[in-house]
Amino acid sequence: MNELVFFINNVVISGSVSGSIYAIGAVGVTLIFSIMRFAHFAHADVMTFGAFMVLLLTTAFPAAGASIGVPTALLMLPLAMLLTAGLAVGIDKLFYKPLRAHGVKPIVLVIASLGVTLILQGLIRLFSGTGGQSLYVDDRKEIFRLALPFEGVRAPIVVTEPQIYLFVITIVAVVALHLFLNRSRLGKAMRAMSDNPELAQASGINTNTIVAVTWMIAGALAAIAGTLLSLDVTFKPDLSFFLLLPIFAAAIVGGVGHPYGAIAGGFVVGFAETLAVFNWNILLRPFQDSFPSWLELPSNLAFVGTEYKIVVPFFILVAILVWRPTGLFKGKVIS
Amino acid sequence: MSHSAKTRDTSDTPQDATQTRRFPLRELVLFGVLLVAILAVYATMGAAYSTRMLVEAACYAILALGLTIQWGYAGQFNAGVMGFVALGGFCAMFFSVPVNDAFWGTTLPGEFGRVLLYGAAAILLIVGASKLDRLGVPKSLRTFITVVLGVVLYLVVISQLREVTDAIESQAGFVGGLGLPPWVGWIVGGALAGGVGYFIGHICLGLRSDYLAIATLGIAEIIKAFLKNSDWLTRGTATVSPLPWPTPGPAEVGFTLSRALYLSVTAVIIAVIFLLLNRAYNAPWGRMIRAIRDNEVSAAAMGKDINKRRLEIFVLGCILMGIGGGILGTFNSLFDPQGYLPLNHTFLVLVMVILGGPGNNLGTIFGAVAVYIIWIMSEPLALFLMQLAVAFGEGAFGWDTPGNMDSRALQARVLVIGVLITMVLRFAPKGLLPEKIKSHS
Repeated sequence: MNELVFFINNVVISGSVSGSIYAIGAVGVTLIFSIMRFAHFAHADVMTFGAFMVLLLTTAFPAAGASIGVPTALLMLPLAMLLTAGLAVGIDKLFYKPLRAHGVKPIVLVIASLGVTLILQGLIRLFSGTGGQSLYVDDRKEIFRLALPFEGVRAPIVVTEPQIYLFVITIVAVVALHLFLNRSRLGKAMRAMSDNPELAQASGINTNTIVAVTWMIAGALAAIAGTLLSLDVTFKPDLSFFLLLPIFAAAIVGGVGHPYGAIAGGFVVGFAETLAVFNWNILLRPFQDSFPSWLELPSNLAFVGTEYKIVVPFFILVAILVWRPTGLFKGKVIS
Repeated sequence: MSHSAKTRDTSDTPQDATQTRRFPLRELVLFGVLLVAILAVYATMGAAYSTRMLVEAACYAILALGLTIQWGYAGQFNAGVMGFVALGGFCAMFFSVPVNDAFWGTTLPGEFGRVLLYGAAAILLIVGASKLDRLGVPKSLRTFITVVLGVVLYLVVISQLREVTDAIESQAGFVGGLGLPPWVGWIVGGALAGGVGYFIGHICLGLRSDYLAIATLGIAEIIKAFLKNSDWLTRGTATVSPLPWPTPGPAEVGFTLSRALYLSVTAVIIAVIFLLLNRAYNAPWGRMIRAIRDNEVSAAAMGKDINKRRLEIFVLGCILMGIGGGILGTFNSLFDPQGYLPLNHTFLVLVMVILGGPGNNLGTIFGAVAVYIIWIMSEPLALFLMQLAVAFGEGAFGWDTPGNMDSRALQARVLVIGVLITMVLRFAPKGLLPEKIKSHS
C-alpha cells in the first residue's frame, strides 16, 4: 500500500498538476491557431510575463492577501490576467497585425513570434534578474498530509496548497471557457471564424473584434497557467523554453484549433511525462517474491531519467504526426 | 501558401529582366562599410582578438548558408540550428580528441558492444512482431504484442545501458576520442546532422511549415539534453578540452598567426560551399526549387516531386550546419554542451540570414560577418551603457541598484536580437541584399 501511495503522489498528483498547466497553455495556443492560423511561439513567454506581473504586484502589496485568508499572489491573479490580456492585444497590434496586413505567409508570423519571445524574455530578465523567486512573498506554503485509514499505510498523500488552488482554478477556467464558446454571441462568432473566416466575415461578424477577444482570452489563460506553475515551484524567467514543446505537443495531440482537444492533450502529455520518469520498480517490488528467481529487476526501471523529460513530449509529437497528424479529435488544416 | 506568388515578385518588372548586368553598387557599398568596420575592430582591439572574431564569423557564415538555403530557397523554417551545431561540435570533439586508454584497455568496450548488440536484436524482434499479422495473427493482437514487447525490451536494454555507462563513468571517466584528424569529425558531423535532418524532415514533410519549426525546436533541446547528461560520452558539464586543430596551434606559432591559418582554412571551405551553392542555384535544380517555393501548385502540376525536393534542401542545410558546428567547435578548442544556447546558435543565425538577404548567398555571408561583429562588440557596449545608466540613476535619483547589473546588461542583448528580428521582418523583409530574381524572357 505504501507503494501505491507513492504512486499517487508521484504520478497522479504531479501528473494532474503539469497536465492542468499544459492544458491551459495549450488552449491559448490552439485558439490563436484557429483564428490567426499560425503557431504562436511567444505563448510560453506570455505565461512567464503573467507570472512576473503577479510577482511584481505581490512584492508591492505583500500583506493584501492575509486580510481575506488567501495567498496574496492569488489575489493579484485577476489583475495580472488583465495586464497580460492587454499585453497580448498590444503585441498583436504592434507586431503581427502589420505583417498580416501585408499578407505574408503564416511561417513569417511564426518567426515574428520568435522575435517577440526574445523581446519578452529580454525584458523580463532585465527587470527580474536571472535567478528564481518564490511567489509566496509574505505567506507560507501550506502542505496537507492526508493519512489513509488503512492498516500498515505509513506514507501520507501529500498535496500542497497551491496544487489545490490549481485544480480549482483549472476547473473554473475550463467551465468558463466552455460557457463562453457555447453560450455567448462572441464565443459562437469565434467558432464560426475558426471554421470559415470568409463566411464569418460575409455574415457580418467583425473579425477585428474576434481577433482582439482571442488575444485577450489567450493572454488571460496564459497568465493563469504561468502563475499556477510559478506558485507550484518558483518563478524563473527562463521557464518558457521548457514549456514550449509540451504545450505545442498538447495542442497537436488534441487536434489543432480544438479547445477541448487541447485540454485532453495537456493531460495526455502531463501524465505521459510523469509516467515516463516514474521508477516502476517501486510498484513491482512488493511482488518480488512471486517472481521466478532468475528474474532480478534492476533498481531503476524508469523509462527515461528526469533529465530527459523533454524527450517525452517530443516523442508524443512525432508519434502523433506520423500516425494521426490531425490529432486525437480531428483538428484543423495541416497542409 | 496561396499568397506566396503575390508576395515575392513585386519589384520584378520586365525592365529589370532585360537589364542584363547592373553595376553592383549596393554590394560594393555594403562590403566597403563592412571592411571599414573590420579594420576599425583591428585598430582598437588588437590583431589576435580581431582574427578570432573573424574566424568565428566565418563559422557562423557556414551556419547561415545552411539556414539560407532552407529558408531562402525553400521557405522552410528551422528553429533548431543549435541542435545541429551541437552535433557537429560533438563529432569534432569525438573524432579528434586523443584515444582514452583507460577505456579501450579494459573490458568496457566489449560490454558496450554487447549492449549495442542487444539493442539491435531488440529492434529486430520488435520489427518482427509488428509484421506478425502476415502470419495470420489478428491485427489488434499484433499491436498488443508489439507494444508490450517494445516496452519490456526497451526497459531491459536501457537498464543494461545504464549499468555499462555508469561503469564507464566510474572506471574510465569518459569514452575519449578516436584520435583522428579534425576534418574527419567535421564530415561525420555534417553527415550526422543530415541524418537527424532527414528524420525530422521526413516526419514533417507535407505538413504545415509550423510543424517543422516546432519539431526542430524540440530536437535541438533534446540533442542538447543528451550531450549535457551523457557524462560517459561527452563528460557533460565537466567539458572536454583542448581539441586539436588541423593547423598549427597557438603554442607553436603564436595566437595571431595560428588563428590566421585557421581563418584561411575556413575561408577556403566557405568559398567551396559558396561556389557549389551558386552553381546549384543557377542549375535546373535551383530553378525547380524556386518554382516550388514561389508556386507550389503549379510546380506540382508540372510534375515536380515537391516533398522529395524539400527533403533534399532541408537535409543539405542541416549538413552545412553540422559542418559549420564542427569547425566552430574545433576552433573554440572546448566542447561544452551547456555553451550551446538557442540565442547564440539559433536566433543569431536567423538574424544574419533575414538581415543579409534570405536566398542570396552573398547577402547571407555579408549578414553573418556584419551581425557577428555587432554581436561581439555589443557586449562591452551594453556593459558601458548600463554603467552609464546606473551612474546617472544613482547621481540623479539616488537609485539603489542591484549588484548583478553585469549579467542583466548581457540580457539586454536578447532584447536587441528580438527587436531586430521583428523590425527586419516588417520593414525590410527581403534583407539588405535581396535575392536577385532573374526571368528569362
